[in-house]
Amino acid sequence: MSEVTRRELFPGVWLRAVHTNKFKSSYLSVTLLAPLDRKTAGANALIPEVLRRGSAVHPDMESLSAALDELYGGAIEPAVRKRGETQCVGFAASFLDDAYALKGEKILEPAADLLCELLLKPYTQDGHFCPDYTAGEKANLIDRIRSQINDKRTYATQRLTQEMCKYEAFGVDKLGDEESVAAITPESLWQRYQQLLRTAQVEVYFCGSADPDRVAGALRRALSALPVNENRVDPECSVRVSAGPEPIVVEEAMDVSQGKLALGFRTGGATCWEEDYPALYLATAVFGGTTLSKLFMNVREKLSLCYYASATLEKMKGLVLVSSGIEFDKYQTAKDEILAQLEAVKRGEIEPWELEGSRRTLIGACLSTLDDQGRQEEYWLGQTAAGLEEAPEEFAARLEGVTRDQVAQAAKKLELDTIYFLKGKEV
Amino acid sequence: MEKLEFAKAGETMYHEKLENGLNVFVFPKPEFQKGYAFFATNYGGMDMRFCLDGAWHDTPAGVAHYLEHKMFDTQEGNALQDLAANGASPNAFTSNDITGYYFDSTEKFEENLRILLSFVSVPWFTQESVDKERGIIGQEIGMIEDDPHWKCYMNLMKALFQHHPIRVSVAGSVESIAEITPETLYACHKAFYDPANMVLCVAGPVDAAHICDVAREILPKKAGPIAAKDYGEKEGPRAAQSYIEERMEVSAPIFQLGWKGEAQANGEDRLRQELVGGLALEVLLGNSSPLYARLYREGLINQEFGYSYESSFGCAFLAADGESKAPEAVRMAVAEEAARIGREGVDPALWERVKKGVYGNRVRGLNSFENLCVGQAQAFFAGYDFLRFADIFNAITKEEAEELIANWVTGERTALSVVRAKEAVQ
Repeated sequence: MSEVTRRELFPGVWLRAVHTNKFKSSYLSVTLLAPLDRKTAGANALIPEVLRRGSAVHPDMESLSAALDELYGGAIEPAVRKRGETQCVGFAASFLDDAYALKGEKILEPAADLLCELLLKPYTQDGHFCPDYTAGEKANLIDRIRSQINDKRTYATQRLTQEMCKYEAFGVDKLGDEESVAAITPESLWQRYQQLLRTAQVEVYFCGSADPDRVAGALRRALSALPVNENRVDPECSVRVSAGPEPIVVEEAMDVSQGKLALGFRTGGATCWEEDYPALYLATAVFGGTTLSKLFMNVREKLSLCYYASATLEKMKGLVLVSSGIEFDKYQTAKDEILAQLEAVKRGEIEPWELEGSRRTLIGACLSTLDDQGRQEEYWLGQTAAGLEEAPEEFAARLEGVTRDQVAQAAKKLELDTIYFLKGKEV
Repeated sequence: MEKLEFAKAGETMYHEKLENGLNVFVFPKPEFQKGYAFFATNYGGMDMRFCLDGAWHDTPAGVAHYLEHKMFDTQEGNALQDLAANGASPNAFTSNDITGYYFDSTEKFEENLRILLSFVSVPWFTQESVDKERGIIGQEIGMIEDDPHWKCYMNLMKALFQHHPIRVSVAGSVESIAEITPETLYACHKAFYDPANMVLCVAGPVDAAHICDVAREILPKKAGPIAAKDYGEKEGPRAAQSYIEERMEVSAPIFQLGWKGEAQANGEDRLRQELVGGLALEVLLGNSSPLYARLYREGLINQEFGYSYESSFGCAFLAADGESKAPEAVRMAVAEEAARIGREGVDPALWERVKKGVYGNRVRGLNSFENLCVGQAQAFFAGYDFLRFADIFNAITKEEAEELIANWVTGERTALSVVRAKEAVQ
C-alpha cells in the first residue's frame, strides 16, 4: 500500500512523499506557490519556460536532452497552474524507477539534481537571463495566451471568470496577460525570479518506491542553493459570500458558428473548508458534472438545446461554473432550462439513479486518483494550496454518506452572479 | 492457464485460450484500485475485402468504424449508459487493424465486464438506428476532413503506397457510408466478431481464472468460421509519388515525411523491426540527434516536430511530421544525414544514450493499463507478446539501425506531404 507523509525540508519548503511500489516510474515536482496577482502572473508563468531552455551546466536543449537520455529518458516539464488564488509554477518530472535500471544505477539522486539545477542554476548572460531564451519564450507564451481564444469552450469559461471576479485575484489567468508579458525584459524577469525564490512557499512532491528519508536527503542537497527565508508566504484565497442583487450580463460577438453560454454561480460561502463540502461537490455533479447529470441528460440529450453542457466547482473560491455550447437563437430557452434544472436539484427532485450514478462516478474518480502519479500530484497540490490534508480515499468515504436532502440543501446556496454569452457576428 | 513472467519489465501475464477460441490475457495488479478491460477484434478500417463461407465480399470504406458506433445499442437500450450508471468510463476506437471496446472502473468490475462482453458479442441494429447514425458519423467525417494534420497524413499514405488499403480513411467518406445498411453491419459482425478472432485483455485487482469463467459464461460456446482478408498484391519498394500538396486553413505549412519500408510477416520479427525502426529514427532525427538540433536552430522545425515507426499487416514505414516554412529543406537535410550515417556510422555514445532513453520510456509506459492491454491485443494479432520487448531490446545493435537507415531512407522510398495556407498571407 502507499503511505503519504509531509515534512519541512527548510523553513517554508515542504516535501510530500507518497511511498509506493505500484509504479514503474518516480514522479517528482517542485512548485513555487505565489499569490495570484495581475502584476506578476505573466512573469511567473514565463520563468519555468525560460529556465527549461538551459542551465549553467547544461546550457542548451541538446545537452539537456542528452542528460535526460542518460536518466533513461526522463521528462522534466515546466508546469504553470492555478489553485484558488495561488499561482503554482515550477517543474514536474517523471523518470524510471531505480528497480528497472539496466545496470542497477540510482536514478532518483541525479534526477533530483537535474531538476533543481534547472530551477536554481540558470544559464545567464551579464548577470541575468539570456536575452535570446527570454525573447523566444516570451513569443511562445504570447502565442499560448492568444491561442486560448481558439478553443472557444475554454475561452468562454475564462471570460466568465474574468468578468465575475473582476475585482478579485481569481479573475487573473494563470498565464497572465499579453500586455504584461510583452513588457518583460531579461533584467525584469531576473528580478522577479530572485524574488520568487526568496518569498514563495515551496512544495516538493514525490511519488515512487524510494524511502521518504532518502527522498528528503536527495532534495535537501539538491535544493541547498535556495535562499533561506523564515517567512515564506502561505497561500490564501478570499471568498465572496453572495452574488450581487442582479446577475451581470456580458455579451461578446465573434466570428463563430456555435454560441457559448457560460453561467457563474456563487456558493454562498460554501467551500472545501466547510463541513458540507461533499454535499456541494455531489450537488454540482448531479446538476452537471457527469454524463448522468441533469444538464447532460435533459438539456443536451432530451431537449437537444446544447451541444454540451456541464458544471464544475471551484472548491476554494466557492464558484460553480456552467459551460454550454448552443445555437445563437437558443440563448433564452437554454438559459431558462439550465436554471430550471438547478431549481429541480434545489427542490430535491433527484431520482435515486441520478444520485447514485453521480456518486459512483465521483468515488471512482477519487479512488482511481491513487492509480496515477500525475493525477495524485494534481490532487495534493490542490490540497496544499488549500491547507488541507484529506486523502482521496478519505474524501471518497465522506461522499458515501451524503443524502439527497443534503445535496438539495447545498444546491440551495447557489446564486447566479454572472452570465457570459459568446454570439456570432450579425451579418 | 499459462503464466508468463517478464522479469525485466516487472510484469506477470496469464494467458488462456478458451474452448470458443477467445484468447484471454490478464495482468493482475492487486495494489491498484481500478480495473481495465479491453475487448478487441482483429478487424479494422483496412479490412474491406474478405471471404466468408466461400464468398468474397467487397464492403464500403468505413464499415468497421460504423459498426463500432452501433455496437453500443442493445435490445434494452444503450450499454454506454448502463456502464456509466456503475461509475465506469466506457469507450471504443477503430484503427486500421483492429476495433477495440473498453472501460475502467473501481467498483462492480465483474458486472461491467459482463456488460462489455455482452454488448460487443450481441449485435442489435435496426434500419432506423443505422440511418440515424449516418448523420452523426457524417459530421465526424466532416470534422476530421477539416483537420489539416489528418489530411496531411492521409495524403502521405496515398503518396507512399500504390494500393494497400492503408490509403483509405478508417471512417470512410460521406459517400462510402451512404451504402451501409443493417445487413452490411450484420454480415461484418458475423465475419469478424467471432470469439476466435478476438482477444480480451484485463489489468487490475482481478483473478485471471475468474475472468476466463465470466467470458465462458457470456460468450458463444463454440468458435465459428473467420473471414479471410485480402489486401491485394505485395507493395513494391518505391513510393507511389514523391510529393503531394494540399491547400487548407493553416497558419504555417505543415508536413509529413515518410520512408516506405519492408513489411515483416507476423511474429517476433515484427517487434524487432519496430524497435530497430524506432531507434533508427532517434539517431537519425530524434530529439537528441545532431540533425534535430541543427534543424531547430535554423528554424526549419519547431516544438511541433514528431516522428514514429508505423506498421500494419502488409506495410511498414517511418514518418516524421511538423511545421516548417521549408518542408523540402527538411527532406533534403534528412537525406544528407542518412548518407552521412552511411559513410561514418552512428556515434557510439549517441547510440548508447538513445537506447537508454527509449528503453526507459517504454518501461515507464507500462504504468498505463490501457497501454499494456491495447499493446498486448495488437501484439497478439501481429504474432508476438507485447512485453517481449524488454528482453529483445538490449540485444539490438547499432549496425541493425544503420542498415535500416541505409535500406529505407533512400530517394525512391521517400514521400513528402505538405499542407499550405490557401493564399499567401501578406
